[in-house]
Amino acid sequence: MKINVDMDKCQHYGQCVFEAPEIFTLNNDDKLEYLAEADEIQRAIVESARDVCPMQAIFILD
Amino acid sequence: MSDSVLIVGASMGGLRTAEALRRNGYEGRIDILGDEKHAPYNRPPLSKEVLAGSVSAEAVTFNHNLAESDTHFHLGTRAVRLDIENRTVHDQTDGEHAFSALVIATGLRPRQLNLPDIDAVGIHILRTLEDAMELRLELVPGAKVVIVGSGFIGCEVAATAKTLGCEVTVVTTDAHPMLRPLGMEMARELQKRHQAQGVQFITNTGVQDIETRDIGKGLAIANVILVSGQTIECDVLVQAIGSLPNTEWLSDSNINITDGVLTDGTMRAVTNEGEVLPNVFAVGDVARFPNPIFDDVARRVEHWNIPIETARRAGAVIAALLRSPVDLVEVVKQPFAPIPSFWSDQFDIKMLAFGNLGLADECRLIDGDIGGDCVWGYYRNDHMVGVCGIGMGAVVRSYRNHFTIA
Repeated sequence: MKINVDMDKCQHYGQCVFEAPEIFTLNNDDKLEYLAEADEIQRAIVESARDVCPMQAIFILD
Repeated sequence: MSDSVLIVGASMGGLRTAEALRRNGYEGRIDILGDEKHAPYNRPPLSKEVLAGSVSAEAVTFNHNLAESDTHFHLGTRAVRLDIENRTVHDQTDGEHAFSALVIATGLRPRQLNLPDIDAVGIHILRTLEDAMELRLELVPGAKVVIVGSGFIGCEVAATAKTLGCEVTVVTTDAHPMLRPLGMEMARELQKRHQAQGVQFITNTGVQDIETRDIGKGLAIANVILVSGQTIECDVLVQAIGSLPNTEWLSDSNINITDGVLTDGTMRAVTNEGEVLPNVFAVGDVARFPNPIFDDVARRVEHWNIPIETARRAGAVIAALLRSPVDLVEVVKQPFAPIPSFWSDQFDIKMLAFGNLGLADECRLIDGDIGGDCVWGYYRNDHMVGVCGIGMGAVVRSYRNHFTIA
C-alpha cells in the first residue's frame, strides 16, 4: 500500500499522528514526515489517519 | 426482510457512518439521504480556501469507495418525518425509506437575524458550498463587509475577507471574539491580532436593524444599525451567529430533541421519557451525547472531529446490533470517550486545541508568551479540561493524553 500526502494542502495539524504513529510523525520543526509505503496489515490505521485529516491531504494508493 | 441501514444526512457524519459500518463487517444495504445536491464534502475550507478562491468546489469533495458496495445516495432528498413504529422515513416528495436501523446525521443550519428584508442582496450565511460560492463573488477589494458574530466562522471569514482586501467590521454581543470557546485571556489576544491586521471590532452590541437600497432588480443591504445606535455602511453582511440543529423532522417522533438529538454513549437516541431506542442513532453536530472524560452531562460538540468519532462509534454498534446480541453486548461495553479537538487558521494565527475549553472556570498560560506563540491550559475545579495554543503545536499535542477517563 502506497501513501501520498499532498504537502501543499498539509497544515501539519498532526491529527494523523495520533491515528497512525507508526506511519506519520511530526519532526522537530513540527513538520509532517511519513512513510510512503505501509504493510497491508496497517491499512485500517492508515485509513483512519486519512479520515481525520482536516485538510484531506492524505491519499492511499493501492 | 433483509437488513438495511438508513442514514439521514449526507455530510461527513453520514459518510463516515457508512464507512464504519463497512469496516465493521456490515454488508447489507445502506441508503443515504442528503438534502444538498452535492456528494459529501469537507466544510472547513468553505470559510478559508474556498472563500478565497484558491481551491475549487470539486477539491473539497470527500473521496470514498462506498460505490463498490450496496450503498445508495439519494441527494436532493430531505427527510420530513420519522415513523418509528413502521420504521420508515418520509421525504419531501412523499417518498418512503424503510430501515432496520436509522442514523440521524442531519447536522446544523446557521441561525439568521430575525429582520425584514433579510433576503436582500448582499446578506449571507455560510454553511454550504453554494453559500461560499455566493459570498466569495462579493468579497472584492474595498467592499465594506460587516460580520455579525465572532465565533469560528465569523473570525475565519473576517480574516479571509480582510486578506482579500475588504474593509472588515466584526459586530459581536460578546466582549471579545471567540470568547466562549477560548476564555477571556486568549480571546482578548486574538482580537488584538485581528486588529493589527486591520479588522475593526464593535463589541458588546448586536444588530438592531438593517437599511436597504433599491438596486433596480431588488433590494440590497446598505446600512447596519446597531443596538448601540451606531449606523455602519455595509455592502456585504455575513450572519455568523451560531447554528440550530436540524431536528424539526423528528418533532412528532417522541425523541428528545432539546438542543439536538439526545443519545447515550452508544449514540442510540433517547426518548422524552428517557427510554433508549434500540435501532435509532444520531451522529455528528446534531448529536447530544455524554463524554466520560468530563462528566455525565450530554452535550453537543461542534468540532470537526466529532462527526468522525461519533460515526465510528455508531457504525461499530449498528454492525454488532445487526450481527448478534452477543457482539452487541461486547461493543456497547467499550467506553466512548472521544477527545474533542479544533483547529483554526486566521491570518498567520494557527490555533490548535484539545478537550472542552468551554467547561473551564480558570485558564492559565502554560507555555510561551502572551504576545507571541502561547499555550493555555483550561481548568475546572483545578482539573485540566482543555488546552489551546497559538502556534506551539508540539506542546499542545503533548497535553492530549491528559484527556482520558478518570
